[in-house]
Amino acid sequence: MIELIDLHKSFNGQKVLDGINLTIPTGKITVVIGKSGVGKSVLLKHIIGLLKPDQGQILVDGVDIATLRGRSLRDFKKHFAVLFQGGALFDSLNVFENIAFPLREKTSLPEAEIAQRVRLRLEQMHLASEVETKFPDELSGGMKKRVALARAMIQEPEIILFDEPVTGLDPPMTNTVFHLIQQTHRASGYTALVVAHDIPEVFTIADQVAMLHRGRIIAQGTPAEIQSHPDPMVQSFIKGEVDFLEG
Amino acid sequence: MVSLIRKLGHRGLNLVQEAGSMMLFLLEGLALTFLPPFRPRRILQEIQLIGVKSTLIILLTAAFTGMVLALQGYYTLRKYGSEGALGSAVALSLIREMGPVLTGIMVSARAGSAVTAEIGIMRITEQLDALDTMAVNPMQYVVMPKLIAGLIAVPLLTAIFDVTGILGGYLVGVVLLGVSSGSYFAGMVQSVVPLDINGGIVKSLVFGLTIILVACYKGYYTRHGAEGVSQATNQTVVLSAVLVLAWDYVLTSFFM
Repeated sequence: MIELIDLHKSFNGQKVLDGINLTIPTGKITVVIGKSGVGKSVLLKHIIGLLKPDQGQILVDGVDIATLRGRSLRDFKKHFAVLFQGGALFDSLNVFENIAFPLREKTSLPEAEIAQRVRLRLEQMHLASEVETKFPDELSGGMKKRVALARAMIQEPEIILFDEPVTGLDPPMTNTVFHLIQQTHRASGYTALVVAHDIPEVFTIADQVAMLHRGRIIAQGTPAEIQSHPDPMVQSFIKGEVDFLEG
Repeated sequence: MVSLIRKLGHRGLNLVQEAGSMMLFLLEGLALTFLPPFRPRRILQEIQLIGVKSTLIILLTAAFTGMVLALQGYYTLRKYGSEGALGSAVALSLIREMGPVLTGIMVSARAGSAVTAEIGIMRITEQLDALDTMAVNPMQYVVMPKLIAGLIAVPLLTAIFDVTGILGGYLVGVVLLGVSSGSYFAGMVQSVVPLDINGGIVKSLVFGLTIILVACYKGYYTRHGAEGVSQATNQTVVLSAVLVLAWDYVLTSFFM
């Protein structure tokens, strides 16, 4: 279980996170929604240790990761994987090498075993074997996301964080990526945190939804609870009302 | 007036802070050389990118530099009837100064800018963050191999520059202008002492490390998207060229 307790973070005097309290249950898909620039990615980066909070705790199974350093932090990161917004595929490596990268770096598996696992993941992502030798700049947006998801899953992590996984994708590819997240989650049972603003599509995969607004979680619950939430801010965001976006 | 002094003060403080930050960056990068995984393949790849791919520009620059040195030197020495010293003049100029400095500036322009752009793009596309989340130290995977490659490649390129320049000087001085081949090389052998060669090697090591350090640092801390990468690349070329010249003066005064 991941718990964020009274998390605060400012950049150059501007408050981004202003007392975040959020519980991400084990084995469930939690979705954090909010308008662009509200701090969803900042929140996610705290959980994976890329940022340190000014105040507050980030507990993963009871361990405050904000206090971890060096080897203990590296060991902690082995339980995580991240799907970055743009995929963050390594430009100088082809698709096969990108997906194999975590296994080659962190395990001593023989190449034949690595190749088998990589091809299995490619198949799971409905990517043809010809894609293996392509480089990231030769891939479409949807293919990049699927390769990135394959790379994220290759070490079978316990926790996967998705930073706006469908941003920039067309509706069919959006549904494909969400479907893959749901499918892999059912197969592996990992804990997922999805940061997104693609409503209502993201509700189809969520077990729990939390809304971030002005540095705080203003609503938390099941998708149905969020959709019927009495807070006008929540309703305005879900409906995509203009006056909310300008607020 | 007060605001100008304040601005100058801020600028000075920022420069000192950046210098300190760069030194810490260098120390971390070099320290990681001694920690596993040692990444010999990555180092060889970087030697190829920084060194091998700079060879052509170094050969061209060296050839023309040697030729110009010989041309200028011949007509100057002829006034005093000392054409026989042409070999010494060309060799000493190249080995002591022109070789290390021009190699440094060419490597800064070609490889330094490429390194900054590569790492800067990795930064803005979150590839460095991706390495971090996979528990792969980005400093060790990306930066350390480049620092080591710079230390190996730049002295080798400097040696290539010196030899090519001397041959370029031979082409102009001996073949075209008629200086005796024997006196060209004999003068060189008599004049060039180990201190000259050692000085050239030390300069090339310092320049190589400086150029790649600046290039890696600027790329690693790039911000603000594509424009940030462009600015960082520009700063790398300018700053590393200035530092090469500054270091050249310091090291020359040390060896003289």
